[in-house]
Amino acid sequence: MISDGVEDEEKWLTAGIAGLQQNAFYMHRALDSNNLRDALKYSAQMLSELRTSRLSPHKYYELYMRSFDELRKLEMFFKEEARRGCSIIDLYELVQHAGNILPRLYLLCTVGSVYIKSKEAPAKDVLKDLVEMCRGIQHPVRGLFLRSYLSQVSRDKLPDIGSEYEGDADTVIDAVEFVLQNFTEMNKLWVRMQHQGPAREKEKREKERSELRDLVGKNLHVLSQIEGVDLDMYKDTVLPRVLEQVVNCKDELAQHYLMDCIIQVFPDEYHLQTLDVLLSACPQLQPSVDIKTVLSQLMERLSNYAASSAEVLPEFLQVEAFSKLSNAIGKVIEAHVDMPTIGVVTLYSSLLTFTLHVHPDRLDYADLVLGACVKKLSGKGKIEDSKATKQIVALLSAPLEKYNDIVTALKLSNYPRVMEYLDTETNKVMATVIIQSIMKNKTCIETEDKVEALFELVKGLIKDLEGNHQDEIDEDDFKEEQNSFARLIQMLYNEDPEEMFKIICTVRKHILTGGPKRLPFTIPSLIFSCLKLVRQLQGQDENPFGNETSTTPKKIFQLLNQTIEALSSVPAPELSLRLYLQCAEAANDCDLEPVAYEFFTQAYILYEEEISDSKAQVTAIHLIIGTLQRMHVFGVENRDTLTHKATGYSAKLLKKSDQCRAVYACSHLFWVDDQENMKDGERVLLCLKRALRIANAAQQMANAARGNTGSVTLFVEILNKYLYFFEKGNPQITVSTIQGLIELITTEMQSDTTTPDPAADAFFASTLRYIQFQKQKGGAISEKYEPIKV
Amino acid sequence: MDFLVGAFKPPCNVSISFVDTKTRKQVPLKKDNGQTIMVPLFQSQENIIGEVLIEPTQGKKFEHNGVKIELLGQIELYFDRGNFYDFTSLVRELDVPGELFERKTYQFEFSTVEMPHESYNGINVRLRYILKVTIGRNYISNIVECQDFVVRNFTPPPSINNSIKMEVGIEDCLHIEFEYGKSKYHLKDVIIGKIYFLLVRIKIKNMELEIRRRESTGSGPNTYVETETLAKFELMDGAPVRGESIPVRLFLSPYELTPTYRNINNKFSVKYYLNLVFVDEEDRRCLGAGS
Repeated sequence: MISDGVEDEEKWLTAGIAGLQQNAFYMHRALDSNNLRDALKYSAQMLSELRTSRLSPHKYYELYMRSFDELRKLEMFFKEEARRGCSIIDLYELVQHAGNILPRLYLLCTVGSVYIKSKEAPAKDVLKDLVEMCRGIQHPVRGLFLRSYLSQVSRDKLPDIGSEYEGDADTVIDAVEFVLQNFTEMNKLWVRMQHQGPAREKEKREKERSELRDLVGKNLHVLSQIEGVDLDMYKDTVLPRVLEQVVNCKDELAQHYLMDCIIQVFPDEYHLQTLDVLLSACPQLQPSVDIKTVLSQLMERLSNYAASSAEVLPEFLQVEAFSKLSNAIGKVIEAHVDMPTIGVVTLYSSLLTFTLHVHPDRLDYADLVLGACVKKLSGKGKIEDSKATKQIVALLSAPLEKYNDIVTALKLSNYPRVMEYLDTETNKVMATVIIQSIMKNKTCIETEDKVEALFELVKGLIKDLEGNHQDEIDEDDFKEEQNSFARLIQMLYNEDPEEMFKIICTVRKHILTGGPKRLPFTIPSLIFSCLKLVRQLQGQDENPFGNETSTTPKKIFQLLNQTIEALSSVPAPELSLRLYLQCAEAANDCDLEPVAYEFFTQAYILYEEEISDSKAQVTAIHLIIGTLQRMHVFGVENRDTLTHKATGYSAKLLKKSDQCRAVYACSHLFWVDDQENMKDGERVLLCLKRALRIANAAQQMANAARGNTGSVTLFVEILNKYLYFFEKGNPQITVSTIQGLIELITTEMQSDTTTPDPAADAFFASTLRYIQFQKQKGGAISEKYEPIKV
Repeated sequence: MDFLVGAFKPPCNVSISFVDTKTRKQVPLKKDNGQTIMVPLFQSQENIIGEVLIEPTQGKKFEHNGVKIELLGQIELYFDRGNFYDFTSLVRELDVPGELFERKTYQFEFSTVEMPHESYNGINVRLRYILKVTIGRNYISNIVECQDFVVRNFTPPPSINNSIKMEVGIEDCLHIEFEYGKSKYHLKDVIIGKIYFLLVRIKIKNMELEIRRRESTGSGPNTYVETETLAKFELMDGAPVRGESIPVRLFLSPYELTPTYRNINNKFSVKYYLNLVFVDEEDRRCLGAGS
């Protein structure tokens, strides 16, 4: 049925074009033979094709364009006729003899155009007559096209300032009057379109109407092009008249489109100077008009205008643009009671952008906007509409982007209040945006209260908000947001230790509320932040003024201890252990033996009680050994206790190979290179021997269990340790021990029971090459190596 | 043979010409057979001067009972065809009975002829002026030759020419108010006016202005009225809404109009009307106004 309609339309269009072309042909013939009578007759017949009611605007336009081309030729002919001496006034009368009104008016406009050009009559009189006569077409589509034709042919003939048609009798006022009248009539026709025809085709008509809208809007464009329309005239005549029409037409489509047109075609400067007039029209529009887009467009344009040059900014101040816009928005929202949240937010978002561009120094304005937004949102609860939340995010992001500095945004007291209206998800997104802004700009948050304010903003990341369902959160997303929050902690920094300590306390207070899922992310970051402070203090004299309240490393370490303890609730023993060791090392650097010892104790307890996984144990024991090796703060007794424990743990690992490796690593605990009092060669050897024994046992076990002895890698590793201590001058390590070990490895490798292992072979070969190299190097080392035979 | 041929042919050619043929304005006139010829134009009180040329064919002499020329103003009613009513009849004797041997011209002159009525060619009635030359003959029919001419009279423009303003309508359907600049128009005039729509409840497709001629002939019970639409002029395309006003501008010159004739010699009247016609999507409705 519908396709039939389309086909029929196609058919009608083809027929129309055919009729048009046929008559155009005869018209051309008449033109060629200078036969005015026939030319008029056939042109009228040709134009009669435009009388059809069967075509949709789209198809009608095609027909119109063809007629338009033909009319250009006719106009040329009229011009020539006039030059040949034919009275243009007679021509003007002659075309009015046509019986049908539509062709008559097209011809009249065509001759009228020549008439104005001839300057035989004042342009204004001709224009006035034409625009008046066009009233005869009351059919919307035909009328719109006719008037659009009139507008087209008269465009370059308006008595504008500086135009050749301007004269004593013709002023720019006449030009404006003409365009305004044509505009008004066209708009009336356009609006009327929707009321004609059956109700079931309303949608189709709406579509057709939007296709035609540019014909109407064109008039506004023409107005904006008239040179003589200066600010005063725009203010006094053009805008009020146009707005009157817009408001009175009471049509949603027209109002939206035309408001948009006004905003787009006239210069920004005019808008600025007529803001109150323009804005006062807004609340009078139909409730269904998408006023938010209109106002947003306006504010966007003004923002860009303000951004374009600093010179125009005083104008904004002069006209109090902000307060006017702000009032207008308030009124619009009041007038449209059931405006959706998205509309409200979009409006405020645009206003905020505007404020930020125009009054970057007036933070109170920005806060005012946010405050007003909060007021409008209040009572609506969390916002469900995803588009609206997106808008809020945009609203909140605007100040960040503008100032590139969260510190400024933190001064906006209403900022967090707006955030409250976001749902949890979006709240987090917003928090991430804030953090990213901080990261991007490397903003330092320097005071405690700012940190408080900031954390208020990003609290969605810090703790579970009510109504948050854990199971809905994507693991990866969670990790990402927590990581970014952890990065944020690093951005909170103040050079003054006092203030920094305060910041740390605040951060701690907040992150401890985060729950077990967040602590593993947040606590390490805080710990390192603290340690940074510790290292900063470390260089200074401790407590130079004896001030009781001043921050000391000791105090910090206490805090650290408590903080790490919090992790036990997670539990995250491995992480805690690492952190304890880090702290111990820091304490070591501060020469705080008891503190360091305490940290180690905590680490050992964790190792014993919490870390049961053998792989984790291996990692942990190596960490402990590594850290312990670097500790120099301990006295002999404490050190003995700790090393003894560590060696003990090493020997109790599950896998023999792990045991072996841990034990030979322990050898380093007794030999610290730069500390003379910590070179216990004997115990080093003891460790190495023990490692050898374990390696041996491992081989035997392998032999028993699988029938081969496995690799010799462990032996080669131990050989390397031997060589290390040999080089360091441990007197207990002798050439013969090394020699023995080399032989042992060689034998093992040749034995049948050994599984060939190319990696171990290569390792051994390069170890031997190293020995050769040291021998040939010359000097003391070579002498030392000399006795070793390979 | 020659004699026989001559018997059926008129024995002479008669032609009538005016002295001022070259300078006098010629206007078209439609003849009975449908052809249009150009004839001279006169107005009342003018002198009609000319000459009649009689040329015997083949140089033969012929006898006649005298030659006369008449100026006739006739009204011819078609339902009473063949009967002419002469309201004006003037005669000039041109020649006494005698014989004609060769071509001969006769001067004639009707001075300050009263021709109160204008030529008119309607549906049921015709008013015409002719010059009729009659060559009387014995026993056989007279030789008659006619020459038409047209009379137009000028009247001064009326001193009172009010505009017409009227509100008309069909109850609850359509109320309009129309306004024409004048109530009397001359033939080359322009009708200028405006039509206001006060109420529109029907779907109007277009609006036309018709010029109608109402010709009534006869009198009393034998009155015949014939109405003829001379022009249809589209004024509006599409449906207006309330409050709309549509301009009217109609040039009368392209149409063949005559002045209004009131009761010419009690024989006929001709009146013109302007009719507004609204065409809606189903049928037509008319509203009228005279002029």
